Amino acid sequence: MLKRLLLATALLFAALQPALAVDPAEVLDDPALEARARDISKGLRCVVCQNQSIDDSDATLARDLRLLVRERLTAGDSNKQVVDYVVSRYGDFVLLKPPFKFATLALWLGPLLFVALALIAAFAFFRRQRAARAETVAAPALSDEQKKRLDDLLKGDGS
Amino acid sequence: MTAELGHFTLILALCVALVQAVFPLVGAARDNEVWMGLARPTAMFQFLLVAISFGCLTHLYVTSDFSVLNVASNSNTAMPMLYKISGVWGNHEGSLLLWVLILAIFGAAVAAFGRNLPPALRARVLSVQSMIAVGFYLFMLFTSNPFERLFPAPINGRELNPLLQDPGLAFHPPMLYLGYVGFSMAFSFAIAALIEGRVDAAWARWVRPWTMAAWCFLTGGITLGSWWAYYELGWGGWWYWDPVENASFMPWLAGTALLHSATVVEKRDSLKGWTVLLAIITFSLSLLGTFLVRSGVLTSVHAFATDPTRGVFILMLLIVVIGGSLALYAFRAPKLVSSGLFQPISREGALLFNNLVMTTAAAAVLLGTLYPLFLDAIGGGKVSVGPPFFNAVFIPIMIPMIAAMAFGPLLNWKRGDLVAAFGQLKLAAILGLVALAATYMWQTDGPIFATLGMGLAVWLAVGTLTELAGRARLFSAPAGAWGRFRRMPRASWGMVLGHFGLALAIAGMAGAGGWTKESIQTMHPGEKVELAGYEFTFDGASEGQGPNYTAIVGKFTVRKGGDEIAKLVAEKRNYPIGGMPTTEAGIETRLAGDLYAVIGDPEGEDGAYVTRLYFNPLVVWMWIGAMVMVFGGVLSLTDRRYRVGAPKRSRAGAAVAAGA
Amino acid sequence: MNNRWLYSIPLAIFCVLGIYLGIGLTLDPKQLPNMLDGQPVPAFDLPPIKDRGAKGFASTDLEGDVTLVNIFGSWCVACRTEHPYLMKLKEQGAVPIHGIDWREEDPDAGPRWLKRFGDPYTLVGDDPRSKAAIAFGVTGAPETFLVDQKGVIRYKHIGPVNDEVWKEVLQPLIQQLRRNGSQTGGQKGGS
Repeated sequence: MLKRLLLATALLFAALQPALAVDPAEVLDDPALEARARDISKGLRCVVCQNQSIDDSDATLARDLRLLVRERLTAGDSNKQVVDYVVSRYGDFVLLKPPFKFATLALWLGPLLFVALALIAAFAFFRRQRAARAETVAAPALSDEQKKRLDDLLKGDGS
Repeated sequence: MTAELGHFTLILALCVALVQAVFPLVGAARDNEVWMGLARPTAMFQFLLVAISFGCLTHLYVTSDFSVLNVASNSNTAMPMLYKISGVWGNHEGSLLLWVLILAIFGAAVAAFGRNLPPALRARVLSVQSMIAVGFYLFMLFTSNPFERLFPAPINGRELNPLLQDPGLAFHPPMLYLGYVGFSMAFSFAIAALIEGRVDAAWARWVRPWTMAAWCFLTGGITLGSWWAYYELGWGGWWYWDPVENASFMPWLAGTALLHSATVVEKRDSLKGWTVLLAIITFSLSLLGTFLVRSGVLTSVHAFATDPTRGVFILMLLIVVIGGSLALYAFRAPKLVSSGLFQPISREGALLFNNLVMTTAAAAVLLGTLYPLFLDAIGGGKVSVGPPFFNAVFIPIMIPMIAAMAFGPLLNWKRGDLVAAFGQLKLAAILGLVALAATYMWQTDGPIFATLGMGLAVWLAVGTLTELAGRARLFSAPAGAWGRFRRMPRASWGMVLGHFGLALAIAGMAGAGGWTKESIQTMHPGEKVELAGYEFTFDGASEGQGPNYTAIVGKFTVRKGGDEIAKLVAEKRNYPIGGMPTTEAGIETRLAGDLYAVIGDPEGEDGAYVTRLYFNPLVVWMWIGAMVMVFGGVLSLTDRRYRVGAPKRSRAGAAVAAGA
Repeated sequence: MNNRWLYSIPLAIFCVLGIYLGIGLTLDPKQLPNMLDGQPVPAFDLPPIKDRGAKGFASTDLEGDVTLVNIFGSWCVACRTEHPYLMKLKEQGAVPIHGIDWREEDPDAGPRWLKRFGDPYTLVGDDPRSKAAIAFGVTGAPETFLVDQKGVIRYKHIGPVNDEVWKEVLQPLIQQLRRNGSQTGGQKGGS
């Protein structure tokens, strides 16, 4: 029990590394390439951490992945090629922005579906309200005798 | 002894909770006044017992009693007293004890201050509240006992995670739990209403203060956590869409919707079934959050140590509480008949719009948070859903609502005039567009959402102030304006502050999210770096010490236009017992933005260090905005109309009884 | 109200949610699938670690026989629990085991560790910058890859190799691959 707790907490410690992620030694000389490297890094998940990008993370593997990104950019890869390489090793898990493919269709279309459902619900609600209102407004027609009584009341009662 | 006392009172509390859960509920169904009368004393007694239990655990921490497993795992004699105390709830078992304590506090509060509640309703509410408590007591006593002993007792314990040894974070869990658990009250009221088969204006009035209190705490708790992340984690970020952050945000979204829809129930006798469902959903999301943090189904920086048995137990709890309440809803909600009618364009319509947007947003966040789990469960592989998804989805959903927030308060009940409202908002629209254009021209390299955010923030702020001015007839009849301001009910002020605070926060988010400037380099003492028009000079680093850590202390001087404007002190701390480093950023907060410096490891032998410098625009507006919102909520709470409740009903009842 | 069933929708949604959460409890969100299943070993060429001669470990060395590639490090606690079993496999001569010494900050650490706990490896490559590890899609140590005679990855095991793993998975697979000889149509694989 204690050992498991210790292990889990140790993992938590290991993952929650704050402080400095990108080291000045890693920074590329070419600012344009460096900007691309930072951009790509921000979109790649650190696979040994608990939900950080490799740009944010202090983990050694994250650092090595950052170096790999910079190496490949320097060698002339496009942004897409670099990302595709990492995905070929680790799968879609490594992308912080989920790709738009069949498996994630429900994810990306879901919010649109929710908006549509909300609008439909609102329409249905107001339609029901209008029906209810129509019911209360529509009064049964008065018979002739009732109409006469109504006239008498309205004319006779001066208040 | 103390540990055994703590354990024993917990078991007793379970017994009392069982009594409280059964007798008043049955009593209300059978009109048995004695049984209903048991609700209040049992609630008080349960609170007393849990308070003793919690006090025992605190005492164990304060005296560093390492014969108790929980204390040995999370505390250490070298830690400052504040963190010994906050260590009580900085772990799984202790935080559960805090949960039940707050459940008991709210129950006792209803028992003490809910005198004007009809006895049957009060009995039912306290019973339901107690049922939730029973679930948690069982969970604790069977799987997560904080009073478990450790033999042999170590001489010194391990430490509280150094990241948690921070004043901001020490209070983050209690505030959050006051929020989560506070919503249990709205939940209990909703269940009680379903059992009774009736929701009316009086019910809405009773529910409102509890919901508002919970909302204030939750807003505060989330803000505290965000603020902590900003100054502690070292790169100026403040929201990561981490699953556990989402777990606190979803109840907030639902709770805000609940506050708004309860108003419609109260004032216009409409949206009853929906409001009851929202109350159930809000608390269900709180419970779901508990599950996500403690079960290990999602990877998150916040997760406590996980254990499969715990996960199963919490899931059972979830199924019973949420499944049971939703089943009750399916069965009983058709009985709740609403009579109020209103046009789509009206105050109620605007409040309904708020609800639709908030629930859609909450649903979207839930989808993103749970999607990796869903996909894996159906064998679709592993996928990550990170900030890019949430930002792309959440922000567009919220934009229409923020735009509508300026209109809402200007519309009349039942049937509103949109054109007239827009006429009043001309100034807000113009200023909003000006802000949009100015931001765009001044900072062309930011993301489009940030620029849009600034425009919307100004629109909302000016729109809210316009409504306030209009209500006091500040410009049409300035003579009596001051009097009208003073006579305005506090709840109205609450609304104004709530909306205005949000506008400030949005401006802060736009600034911090859109135009942060960063510079990473190695600096020698005396070296200067230019960033965002400021000049940072590194004044060298020295060694420092704290009660349980050693530190590298870096000093910086910031100048603008040659004049010194700030001195920053940044630290990199090493906790030998905890075994991990933390950074304390040097931050100078200014209205225009924060100057932020972080010191890292030494580079070479000549006193050079790795440094990270930031300029984070408008960050402080987020914290100010959040505080204004919370203040507005607190102001609303103090409105006498809500504390008095609805005695009119009993008076009317008495009149009828007298006349009959 | 004739739309009573609408009120049951929240309950229905929750039931679905509950089922998924229950399934989720049986899954490990951090276990990544083997992306390289059935693919040739990625190209790598690692220098040797100290005290092991001049020959390192390269992807070209992985042809001709079925082999195991084991990722380890002196910092890895679980590797120590796995190590005795690897020594046993080496003594049996069951299958050649090659090692990738991963993420060593100190060049002496790996050799020292092997000297202390035994050296079951035929070839060892030094990978301080995770070049080969990333190419294999490694997320932690120990991880062991089963590579066939043509240099194609057939199986990835995450965690220590023990008797159970060997008897139930690795050994049968190795025997099958050896029997099939030059056949490329193997069916087992993947984690």
